[in-house]
Amino acid sequence: MKPVFMTYTKKDLINLAVCMVLSVLVIPTFITTEYWYTSILIPWLCLALATIGQQIVMGYTGQLALGAAGFMAAGAFAMFNLILRVPDLGFVGSLIVSGLIAAAFGILFGLPSLKVRGIYLMVATLASQFFIIWMIDKFGWFKNYDSSGIITAQDIVILGKPFTTPLAMYFVCLAVTTVLTLLAMNMARGSTGRNWMAVRDMDIAAESMGVSLLRTKVQAFAISAFYCGVAGALFAFCYLKSLEPVAFDIKLSFKILFMCILGGLGTINGAFIGAAFILLFPVLLNAIGNNVFHGAIDATIISSIEQVIFGGLMIIFMIYEPLGMAKLWENIKQKWKTKIPSSTNLKSSLGKKT
Amino acid sequence: MTIERKFKIGKPILEVKNISLSFGGVKAITDTSFDVLEHEVRAIIGPNGAGKSSMLNCINGIYKPQQGTVSFKGKEIPNITPNLMAQMGLSRTFQNLALFKRMSVLDNILVGRKLHTKTNFLEVAFQLPKVKKEEKINRERSEEIISFLEIEDIKDTPVGKLPYGLQKKVELGRALATDSSVILLDEPMAGMNVEEKRDMCRFILKVNDELGTTMVLIEHDMGVVMDISDRVVVLDYGKVIGDGTPDEVRSNQKVIDAYLGVEH
Repeated sequence: MKPVFMTYTKKDLINLAVCMVLSVLVIPTFITTEYWYTSILIPWLCLALATIGQQIVMGYTGQLALGAAGFMAAGAFAMFNLILRVPDLGFVGSLIVSGLIAAAFGILFGLPSLKVRGIYLMVATLASQFFIIWMIDKFGWFKNYDSSGIITAQDIVILGKPFTTPLAMYFVCLAVTTVLTLLAMNMARGSTGRNWMAVRDMDIAAESMGVSLLRTKVQAFAISAFYCGVAGALFAFCYLKSLEPVAFDIKLSFKILFMCILGGLGTINGAFIGAAFILLFPVLLNAIGNNVFHGAIDATIISSIEQVIFGGLMIIFMIYEPLGMAKLWENIKQKWKTKIPSSTNLKSSLGKKT
Repeated sequence: MTIERKFKIGKPILEVKNISLSFGGVKAITDTSFDVLEHEVRAIIGPNGAGKSSMLNCINGIYKPQQGTVSFKGKEIPNITPNLMAQMGLSRTFQNLALFKRMSVLDNILVGRKLHTKTNFLEVAFQLPKVKKEEKINRERSEEIISFLEIEDIKDTPVGKLPYGLQKKVELGRALATDSSVILLDEPMAGMNVEEKRDMCRFILKVNDELGTTMVLIEHDMGVVMDISDRVVVLDYGKVIGDGTPDEVRSNQKVIDAYLGVEH
């Protein structure tokens, strides 16, 4: 299909318009309970953004990395310190700079990818996870010498206006996520994305075509960490509203990894699908537990069941659809199309005749 | 070949001098030298395990020979890397296909345009006008190559889903997209049927004729090689045993012995 605007095809523009109408008009008018914003929509956007970061390095560039939460922590604490110490930057400025600080860490911890690959790289990138959290814990300066361990995040103020209600925070997350998603799509579909995928699919051939492995891999790690850093800052400031290193532990890294794999490696929309699934699934299970079994099942058992089902799903997806839910969705659409076109073609040809 | 050529065969463009390569105790190539002239079709032949592919990998910088030098365009290159050679205008295909399997045919060929892409990732992210201009040029060139190779109907198919013969064509296309002055082809006709081989020969000669690209190819099939190449170098056990025009090589006793076996 031919792009009509930038890299977007007509179909993309329609999808974008539908998403925007849904998220800007429909959701705010129909969803009024705070719970949906504070516990589902805001973390969904933040984690989807982090998953896009993971997609760039893992889905597109094929580097098994496991340290997304570490970069998120770097972004979150950078944000806290920037707002505290350099208030002139403003919220958006601080957000960009904290992304850049996370990107610097990304470059540092991406360097092993030049020498090791696969599961060994995964172990090497774990260093980022542990090092960043350790660093924040060890040096009090990062936490402004707060002894309690949990710091309250500052209020979000953009251009002198406070954004403190759940709805306002949702819009902040939505705006940042939308802009960064569009930029990621541009990169993924342009020459940058082709270089990433070339390195993923056949690195020796890519090098023989003049794609520098060093530059491409480090670039992917840096961009990925930037996305995770920004996501981490939003996660802390809009969702947690507090900063504590424990929130960015290895479990969160794994969660993002699962979102990435279940959603579909090498797809941007898969990041949103995967994040939604992993966030909503426990909510759904709890609802079933409460409403169908009326609390007869213990909450701890439900959370155990959740783990079992996640594990099972991961295995099933790895075997039957390694490209994840985005691909599944694509296949379903394809099936619909092959069933329906006969009637639509008929309509259009009839239309022409009359 | 008596037909008048648009690009006259010129001076040596690629010189390999005294290359020796061994893997541990196994000697793959021993003290091998030969040259490739500008605009010619040069074949490297030899029985299995003669060191042909190792030779290409040395020229392209994937292997680092223990001894010897490679000169390209009159310059001796001390630290060869595939990337550096690509930048100097040398492209290649691989013996057992090294395509980007999950990408479409068009995207594969577009990766070949990498060295003609000067915009950085930020410019791409914001889709500045110069990115669009560059992308347009690259796409047009890729489409040209696709129609040249007669693979228009599969250009949006992921390469991994294509049959072997077509994949070989795509790989040639990707090498062509670099607009390199020399292309190394590692067994471009392996595993093809007669018709596909004939097609591939036609493309190789057409590229050489119309663009003047110097072609260095490794091939198993003696018949094909003798028909399309200007000069042939024969390797056996990592050593050069014959070098010259197809007719000279065909009458070389050592070459006959290597191919047909000899009584001891």
